[in-house]
Amino acid sequence: MNEANSLIQIKGLRDGLLVSLDDAPWDEQRTAFLTQVDSQPAFFKGARLALDVASQVLHVNDLVDLRDQLSDRGISLWAVISESPTTEKTAQLLGLATRVSKPRPEESRQFSVKDLGDETALFLERTLRSGTRIEFPGHVVVLGDVNPGAEIIAEGNVIIWGRLRGMVHAGAKGNKTAVICALDLSPTQLRIAEEVSASLKPQENPRPEIARINENGKLQAEFWSPG
Amino acid sequence: MPAQVITITSGKGGVGKTTAVANLAVALASNGSKVVCIDGDIGLRNLDVILGLENRIVYDIVDVIEGRCRLKQAMIRDKKLPNLYLIPAAQTRDKNAVSPSDMTRLIKELRAGYDFVLIDSPAGIERGFRNAIAAADRVLVITNPEVSAVRDADRVIGILEAEEKGPAALIINRLNPNLVKKHDMLSADDVLDLLAVELIGIVPEDENVIIGSNRGAPVAHDTKSKAGQAFRNIARRLQGETVPFLDLESQGSLWERLQRLTGRK
Repeated sequence: MNEANSLIQIKGLRDGLLVSLDDAPWDEQRTAFLTQVDSQPAFFKGARLALDVASQVLHVNDLVDLRDQLSDRGISLWAVISESPTTEKTAQLLGLATRVSKPRPEESRQFSVKDLGDETALFLERTLRSGTRIEFPGHVVVLGDVNPGAEIIAEGNVIIWGRLRGMVHAGAKGNKTAVICALDLSPTQLRIAEEVSASLKPQENPRPEIARINENGKLQAEFWSPG
Repeated sequence: MPAQVITITSGKGGVGKTTAVANLAVALASNGSKVVCIDGDIGLRNLDVILGLENRIVYDIVDVIEGRCRLKQAMIRDKKLPNLYLIPAAQTRDKNAVSPSDMTRLIKELRAGYDFVLIDSPAGIERGFRNAIAAADRVLVITNPEVSAVRDADRVIGILEAEEKGPAALIINRLNPNLVKKHDMLSADDVLDLLAVELIGIVPEDENVIIGSNRGAPVAHDTKSKAGQAFRNIARRLQGETVPFLDLESQGSLWERLQRLTGRK
């Protein structure tokens, strides 16, 4: 790698690659970037590219040149992000996007934990709405509701201090002793290890319930009772 | 005071976004506010039809963004209300013709001269929806008392929370008190229970809404219609008043009339 390459950062986005340049002279950066592309043609071929040019002021011919050069290499330039209004205007003129959607971390989260002990739990103090997916390699505790369309996949137990109306999979890596508890257990679906239950009807007066796999190997829910 | 920018969205299609924008715009303008509504549904424009302004369109929002006309030239003045304007969507383009930063810039230009900017969002959670919420100060989520619509509303509220658009307010549209009473429809409480957001209005099912939309005269003009009253109340709430919710459970004469019309009594 030559020195110029250090100016360039490449990140994967949901819908393409994001290449970030800095404020060094444009020609220098463009050459450095194209050199990098040419050194890894397989990586870049067919890519959709968003270019973050910091505060560079670029005119139509600058971007047209780059777009053509990229297109020769099988790369489509899809967006140009810039702090400079002139560059933004140029990009818009060429029909390029000027903003890339930022990843939505709330929507789907996969957590990884190093040195996971048996007692590691993820605590979520909010309502999980439709479209949210939580994956966790330990236990999950939610203080809030789990709405229909939300999913929790945990390798351990799942405790919901609230209404469970979405989908929960406890013991996702095959732990048959995992349990699912909720103050109101009316999920669209429950899974523990490989066992799946159909939805449970909402009750008029919900009572806390605990679901587990019984001695016959079936998923079963029973009301919590003190003592 | 700079304008309040309000986007109306739903996730699911057909729940009444465009109707709500038209009616709220009419109600706000009748109350003396200066209002601009923007049709954000590029490629499938409807708001002009519901407002009865279809035949006056010369320029649209894409013309403004691509510099073919000035903003003022694309603003169509309402037939009845001189302080109500529409910026129509383009019919022959798609959502990608506009970017969120385009919307933000356009609305920045509008803020100074008006009291309210209402944006009609397209269905879905893709580009068009992102454009529609980009510049919003406040988002109203509209839903019907149906499981599928509520599910989509929940998803949209989740995205708005993730984007830190501030707390959304909810409009429940097309509620039928008779069906609720028979436990054949979700009640407003059921919907609120799930979505857990602020309620800003409940609009009852009312055939005058469809009649008004087809005639290009939104029902908010009609002083006798209950749905029109509901929209006028929401408008007043947006203007900062405290207005009690309509009592839909009581035997309003409208429902009796409706029942007679449909031969159920």
